[in-house]
Amino acid sequence: MKSRWIVPLVLIFITLFVGWRTSPNFLDAQYLMEAATLFAEIGLIAIAMNFVITSGHIDLSVGSMTVLSACLTAKLLSSGVPMAVGIGAGILIGGTLGAANAALIHYLKASSFLVTVGTMALYRGIAQGIMGAKSEALPPGMKGIDTITFAGITVPLWILVLATVIGIIVMNRTVFGRYVISQGSNPKAAKYVGIPVAKMTTIVFVLSGLTCGAASLLMNSRYGLARHDFALGLELDAITMVVVGGTSIRGGQSDVLGTLMAFLLIAMLRTVMGIANISAEYQLAAIGLLLIFAVIFNRITIPNRRATASSPASKLS
Amino acid sequence: MKHSLNAVLLAAVLVSLIGCGSTKDGGTPTATFEPGSKVKTVFIPKSAGNPYFNQLEVGFERSADEFGVEYSTQAPESADATSQISVLKNQVQRGQHVIVISPNSPDALNEALDQAAAKGVTIITADADLVGHESHRTVGVLPVDFDTIGPAQIELLGSMIGYSGEFAILSATTDAPNQNAWIASMKDALEDPKFAGMSLVEIAYGDDEPQKSATETEALLVKHPNLKGIISPTTVGMAAAAQVFSQRGVYPGGKNAKGEGVVLTGLGTPNELRKFVENGVVPAFQLWDPADIGDVAAYLAAEITANGLEIKPGVVLNVPGKGEITVIKNNVVIAGTLVTFDADNIAEYQF
Repeated sequence: MKSRWIVPLVLIFITLFVGWRTSPNFLDAQYLMEAATLFAEIGLIAIAMNFVITSGHIDLSVGSMTVLSACLTAKLLSSGVPMAVGIGAGILIGGTLGAANAALIHYLKASSFLVTVGTMALYRGIAQGIMGAKSEALPPGMKGIDTITFAGITVPLWILVLATVIGIIVMNRTVFGRYVISQGSNPKAAKYVGIPVAKMTTIVFVLSGLTCGAASLLMNSRYGLARHDFALGLELDAITMVVVGGTSIRGGQSDVLGTLMAFLLIAMLRTVMGIANISAEYQLAAIGLLLIFAVIFNRITIPNRRATASSPASKLS
Repeated sequence: MKHSLNAVLLAAVLVSLIGCGSTKDGGTPTATFEPGSKVKTVFIPKSAGNPYFNQLEVGFERSADEFGVEYSTQAPESADATSQISVLKNQVQRGQHVIVISPNSPDALNEALDQAAAKGVTIITADADLVGHESHRTVGVLPVDFDTIGPAQIELLGSMIGYSGEFAILSATTDAPNQNAWIASMKDALEDPKFAGMSLVEIAYGDDEPQKSATETEALLVKHPNLKGIISPTTVGMAAAAQVFSQRGVYPGGKNAKGEGVVLTGLGTPNELRKFVENGVVPAFQLWDPADIGDVAAYLAAEITANGLEIKPGVVLNVPGKGEITVIKNNVVIAGTLVTFDADNIAEYQF
């Protein structure tokens, strides 16, 4: 069963149908696009998360990398740095934080789970320390990228689609992508056949950081300011998109297009529930259920290609 | 690989699908109000499942019919600055005429509020305000005139200790703005000859932590043997102090009360302090009633939308059941006055 992205796609249409039947104002393309744009940053991060998970790792620090990049960039811009420099700095700050994750994983020989739980708290703590309870406003020229459209689609959604296309090509058509899949499928075997596992891990985490840096720019622009409590719980949404999209949480199997479909599904599902005035608690429960069903579905449909000797724990180290 | 090519193709199809849809955007609802119909109003609290906001909703529910408001409420899933934004967008799409919101941040919502206002929705803040960014809403409803809190607290304690004797204050942190403003106004109130017999001997800070507040309360009782009363204008401090009073039995009528005992009062929520009022440790305390905010916000929603009421400082509102309320600086409306809770009335308040 190869094209697992069909499943979220079917669910999207069911969601849209339910929304149309239950809420008179739901089926409005402009509104649906605005609602989806609210999730574009998470979708972008989920594409990079797909590579992290496929390589057999996890990155729980994405929300904190995003918020720290956002805060530092906003501080830089308000100190008078030119806009182009600020944009470059935002992406590079994210990349640096990702590189720090990779270095900790490499030199401490610790699992990516433990390291990124640590940096999740660390990065947000630094952001909170820098910002306190205050917000940092962006220069007017940087605001409102979510309201700019190109061929009828908002810029953040275009960026997400572009990232997805690049992700699909890199994952399926390049040596790099093959290595990521092989490494996640069986890290020991990958090492024996000469795949530079340590280097691949570093690249994947730097990629995740760079993407968070880019996402932080979109987020800053959408809110018009930066705060330390932005992007809370973003890591869970991103991981949910990857898993619901049909990528194996155990690594070694990827569906980048599925991640984009799952992004659309979760954005639409949340929008349908929001406009139907379903209470916040039940909305969370519904997303949780979706994740559990996706895990069960993937377990049934994804063949376990890894040798039985390697336990899931060994892959995270 | 054929599979990935298919995937790219499908992505392109999907994008163009959304693209086609968005060109015919005639369906965007603008919040146009038809005279004679009900004013569709939603309240967005800071978070779900908070009894304080449930009490605020009590005000909306009891006033909605009277003022011709069709009322609903929708909470965000968490109390951070941005979780209210998607709720806001969804409510605009539902065609609400008025959105009443307790903002989780003074500025993170500004862009979303402006977009809602551009679609004709009236924005009212309730309980909390967009401090420094008031232009992003039409009017702000705040619970009570904070300048009245200091004198009211001194009067309440004075009435219980015969207007004479030593008393102390148990506050939160040393730099909490509201606490310091209230303490300053308590000191001002003491200048009144009526309170000449009362002397403030110490201000202690419990940092709004139960343990530290309890320790500070013990210290106050030991250091000042002639202490007649403690005012704690914070619910955490009051609950912690009440626990100490209960264990030590120093309250009026308690097993270790010297003379008339030490009176504990202050500001707090009925749910936190109910058991101490019922068992006699705390004779009375004060807070505003959040339902007043709901009443006034419902009135404003209806008047602004259905009757074209224009909000600016100096405008006098005639709110049924509340009397005349004048709009003050920054288009702020004060909803009510302090309520004194005691054994007789505390059962009526569930927040």
